[in-house]
Amino acid sequence: MSAAPIDLPRWADTALVPLVSVAAALVVAGLVVLSIGESPLEATTLLLKGSLGSLEGLGFTLYYTTSFIFTGLAVAVAFHAGLFNIGGEGQATIAGIFAALACLWLAPLPGILLVPLAILAAAAGGALWAFIPGYLQATRGSHVVITTIMFNFIAATLIVYLLVEVMGKAGSMQPETPDFPKQAVLTPIHELLGAFGLKLPSTPLNTSFLLALASLVAVWALIYRSRLGYAIRTVGANPRAAAYAGISPARIIMVAMAISGALAGGLAVNEAMGVQHRLVLDFTAGYGFVGIAVALMGRGHPVGVGLAALLFGVLYQGGAELSFDKPTITRDMVVVIGGIVILFAGALDGLFRRLVASVLNLGRGG
Amino acid sequence: MIETVPPAIELNGISKAFGPVKANKDVSLSVAAGSIHGIVGENGAGKSTLMSILYGFYEADAGEIRVRGELRRIRSSSDAIAAGIGMVHQHFMLVEPLSVVENVVLGAEGGALLKRGIGKARAELARLSQEYGLAIDPDAIVGTLSVGLQQRVEILKALYRGAQVLILDEPTAVLTPAEADQLFELLRALKAQGKTVILITHKLREIMAVTDRVSVMRRGEMVAHVETERTSPAELAEAMVGRRVLLRVEKAPRQRGAPVLEAAGLSVVDERGHETLRDASLTLHEGEIVGIAGVAGNGQSELLDVLAGLIQPARGVIRLGGQILNGADRNPANLRKLGLMHIPEDRLRTGLVTAFAAAENAILGYHDDPAFGRGPFLSPTLVEQHARAGMQDYDVRPVDPALKTAKFSGGNQQKIVLAREIERAPKVLLVGQPTRGVDIGAIEFIHRRLIALRDQGVAILLVSVELEEVMALSDRILALCGGQITGEREAVATDERDLGLLMAGVSERAA
Repeated sequence: MSAAPIDLPRWADTALVPLVSVAAALVVAGLVVLSIGESPLEATTLLLKGSLGSLEGLGFTLYYTTSFIFTGLAVAVAFHAGLFNIGGEGQATIAGIFAALACLWLAPLPGILLVPLAILAAAAGGALWAFIPGYLQATRGSHVVITTIMFNFIAATLIVYLLVEVMGKAGSMQPETPDFPKQAVLTPIHELLGAFGLKLPSTPLNTSFLLALASLVAVWALIYRSRLGYAIRTVGANPRAAAYAGISPARIIMVAMAISGALAGGLAVNEAMGVQHRLVLDFTAGYGFVGIAVALMGRGHPVGVGLAALLFGVLYQGGAELSFDKPTITRDMVVVIGGIVILFAGALDGLFRRLVASVLNLGRGG
Repeated sequence: MIETVPPAIELNGISKAFGPVKANKDVSLSVAAGSIHGIVGENGAGKSTLMSILYGFYEADAGEIRVRGELRRIRSSSDAIAAGIGMVHQHFMLVEPLSVVENVVLGAEGGALLKRGIGKARAELARLSQEYGLAIDPDAIVGTLSVGLQQRVEILKALYRGAQVLILDEPTAVLTPAEADQLFELLRALKAQGKTVILITHKLREIMAVTDRVSVMRRGEMVAHVETERTSPAELAEAMVGRRVLLRVEKAPRQRGAPVLEAAGLSVVDERGHETLRDASLTLHEGEIVGIAGVAGNGQSELLDVLAGLIQPARGVIRLGGQILNGADRNPANLRKLGLMHIPEDRLRTGLVTAFAAAENAILGYHDDPAFGRGPFLSPTLVEQHARAGMQDYDVRPVDPALKTAKFSGGNQQKIVLAREIERAPKVLLVGQPTRGVDIGAIEFIHRRLIALRDQGVAILLVSVELEEVMALSDRILALCGGQITGEREAVATDERDLGLLMAGVSERAA
């Protein structure tokens, strides 16, 4: 028998439940840390100090957050159309190739033209790589979960070929492109604020962070305030009703996938144009997959995605510091902790909804 | 000392609130053992909530439940089953690819070895079938059975689990009149064997036909408990709605105008290659209601869908306002622009997005209208204002445009759809099952709106499984059987028997 639906006030649904999930995840992660003979309290302190305790740590945290916002939004937009886009890695890879081609081919252009064009190229590359699975889903019924993951492999192979055989730096054994022209590089935040007299430590955080924040607002406006967003949500919630309303589910699936892929392209903007200043192999580093957890935890809402991206930024940066200070807590251990958070925030979410609902009902004197 | 038999079910002072909505207010109910007890009320009156509390889906905020005089705490459906309470839901909870006996043991398999449980169930099923005269093949695949038989499987499931009290939620909503009569026979047989039956319905005819006592709910409260013998449909309807209700539709003679929608030789072929609609031709004129009479599944849905542009015909011509519609024109968005609106048969699956707020559903199909925002954006204020006006106009309760559509009762959901389509001033209105799962007060309201629309000159095509409704509203009636139009009658010149013959396929052409 199906259980009665669990209805929660909005604040509990969007804030309390995720907080309870994270708290539970931290308790379990603490037990894991305890089991290898380290103090969970000390580990937590190190993690938070390393990620938020200094301007340098904060810079790194926000740099990771930037990537997670892009990939999280990508998954979230597809979610709203009822699609599960797990091809963020591949879409970001193709976006990186497009951005690199733009930066290298259009090198004579001034920065004011080159940067926007390269960003658009990245978005177009990501959009293309997501549009094809969207097209196959809409016209052939090929499931996007299968096709997007296959496209990850194709993209991964394609970039190896291109970096080794076609785009690689002449005379170098490294699978990477030549450096982008100076004016194509996104300004680091510490330089930007340095111009206003603020002295900040040097971190990889760059202006693509601002682009990420703008994307949060833009996606919110798209999904909840625009006619297209209405159509996307209708298709996601009830495709039959969408057809009845004169909305073509096939068209919306293709459009939503393309937008999703374009957002995933933001990862390439941050990594290639903001940090590496050239295209290197494996620059996506699994961030595309983290986006799934970010979107799940953020319930597909841009505010939630922003907060979840920050949390994962803290985990990544704090985790790196932690494994540096405590050799017993390895990088892998930090991955385990991240996994526990994903497990609790995503998969076990229903558990806490039920719990929170009954606690709230008790509170109302029921 | 005389021992009195305690009531099978006794509810005392049950209250339940969902947020600000009080679904049940201090409700008490006593159901005598071995009786058939009806509960009537409009949708949203709290009948389903009350039964969900009794069956353990919800826990009451206050009040007590006694089963055969014993105080019980029912917190889940398994508690209810243990207390001897069984429920047959409006939407069956059956696994279609499994056989009857497999469905019956589902959830009560009795140990890890399925074979033993099945064997026991088979014997028990044979006994139950004999006891109640339920002819049913235990090895039949449930998906192949008719709806009436599937309902019997649900009843068998409850009896197999030892139910002494059987709750039936709107059991006849999906049945043909003949199947409904068979169900009533079965209920009487159950009663004769000492079982207690609680029948939730909004059809007063059924209450009068089969129950011993009836309780009336209105807006979360019990307003009357009466012996069925001592009441009348009019009295019950008044108690349900709180005012006098016209059970008949009053309408002026039609003022028929020019033909607006003409279809000639329409055929529809489904995915499996079956011709579900065959060579159907019809003409709708301004200012008339044309009803389609037919047993469900005889091509009505296909007729509506093909006219609304949701499916494409294999053959045939459709003219709207004299213009032939070619394939590219026949899509819902374009047809709406041409003034053809559609109230779909299944509001939950097609007509609404239940996860959306009421305001968002009030623009479904019209989200591109510039009136709702600027450029590519929708204005939440404009969308909400529009919804609020429509909800007030159509008496949707509560008037809360931000409330999720799933939380409205069936009648109120239907009014949201109706408001959306009618206020667009259609030239042609296709209406499917306008009052399915809708309470009496709302039925009256919907019927009056449709008649008013016809009087304004709109051409209406009405499809309904309720023959009474088709006969009461239509000016002209077409009968469908096996996807073919088997006859046409003026509504004043026909009766139920005559239409029944046409619906059964006794075609004029064949005769």
